[in-house]
Amino acid sequence: MSDSLAGRMGPSSGMSPYGGQGSSANLADILERVLDKGVVIAGDIQINLLDIELLTVKLRLLVASVDKAKEMGIDWWEHDPSLSSRAQPRQKVADAPAPAAGSDRLAEENSRLRAELAELRAAVGLPKSSLSDGTPQPQQEEER
Amino acid sequence: MNTVHTDAQITEVDAAPTEAGATATQAGATRLARPDTPTDPGTTVSYVYALSRAGTALDTRAPQLTGLDNGPLRTVTCGELSALVSSVPADAYSEEGMRARLEDLSELAAVARTHHAVIEAAYATTTVLPMRLATVYLDDARVRSMLHERRADFGELLTWLQGHVELGVKVYADPREAAATPPAAAPPAPTPAPAPGSASAPVRSGRAYLQQRRAQRRRHRDAYRAAGAVAGAVPDRVSALARARAAHRPQQGDLASGPGENISNEAYLVPAERTGQFHQALTGLADDVPGVHVEITGPWAPYSFATPPTAGAGT
Repeated sequence: MSDSLAGRMGPSSGMSPYGGQGSSANLADILERVLDKGVVIAGDIQINLLDIELLTVKLRLLVASVDKAKEMGIDWWEHDPSLSSRAQPRQKVADAPAPAAGSDRLAEENSRLRAELAELRAAVGLPKSSLSDGTPQPQQEEER
Repeated sequence: MNTVHTDAQITEVDAAPTEAGATATQAGATRLARPDTPTDPGTTVSYVYALSRAGTALDTRAPQLTGLDNGPLRTVTCGELSALVSSVPADAYSEEGMRARLEDLSELAAVARTHHAVIEAAYATTTVLPMRLATVYLDDARVRSMLHERRADFGELLTWLQGHVELGVKVYADPREAAATPPAAAPPAPTPAPAPGSASAPVRSGRAYLQQRRAQRRRHRDAYRAAGAVAGAVPDRVSALARARAAHRPQQGDLASGPGENISNEAYLVPAERTGQFHQALTGLADDVPGVHVEITGPWAPYSFATPPTAGAGT
């Protein structure tokens, strides 16, 4: 199917002023665009469930080692609202930790880490003030 | 992977439509699961590849192109907008049919490449908004009503994207190459003294082994750092040429076939006539950095910028 199409379309895309990726373009590059980019609107055939399947496939193909990327500090997608909102279903299928973190989760994690840090500081007798950055301190440390 | 399984399901649907209606999870499938024979050529749905302004050269170009399942393309127009559409068999593009196709990598690759080839051919003709894979309507009337409902958004996007192309920039780190390049790092201290006798390489001292491992780790770290620096320099070099920037995930799965490990994967929206300048701006970026590669892909139709501007506009 794609072969005959490529044959028919090869010449035309070659003439294109936009140049030719043609059928020679890297499959990973094509998949990440056609599966995850482009105009996303609901058609009549509900693809909401299908959506999850697409993401499953995509995850398997493209982002098999999300945790490795995180290890290297590449985690911008967690801050990208368009990616993180759509990343929600991934959590179900991914072994990788938390590619689904939206800003809520980040905030939550942030405050949890702050709390832990305060706790540790308290344990080693450091003043809490050294943590201050204008954010109110978590209160649960007071009693310790 | 489970195509056979789905064939079985379709047969079941045809044999017992009522039951199918009960198990189908959505209205679309219920309407599509007619008690016809599955091969009924009349049962088709409208698959949308891309949107454009109405009345462009795409109207005459479309019938010369072939889409999925070898269906001829046509434009479906409503007001100032057109959709590039082909008819596809309803059973193959029901939710179940699509799922079966897309879970099989070779099927998925074929569908994705065809979808992409249609968009590319259309984009050679006029500015288009690429639709995501598998955007399917019951008929052309439904496509028209979608165009009508969203005409303001789509019109705005088309104006924004007019005359622009998408260029991809990927940066790769390849520690092994970095290690092989002489000036990259002092080569690891040679094995002290080749062990007497036959086995020279395998029987190294534990200490030499550890040194080697350490050097290897250092090279890895250095290559990733260098690649990170190169990736960080890309936006600075091209920001004046690009209208917007979008970050994709690095490709790190089975299909990531680049030189080394992909550490950054971005897309830029660039005026078509500045494509050459864009390439020039990145020329030589990683030439003197061993183990780091920069790959520019495209021009692409503006896939990464076809969502409302707020989502993708970075620059």
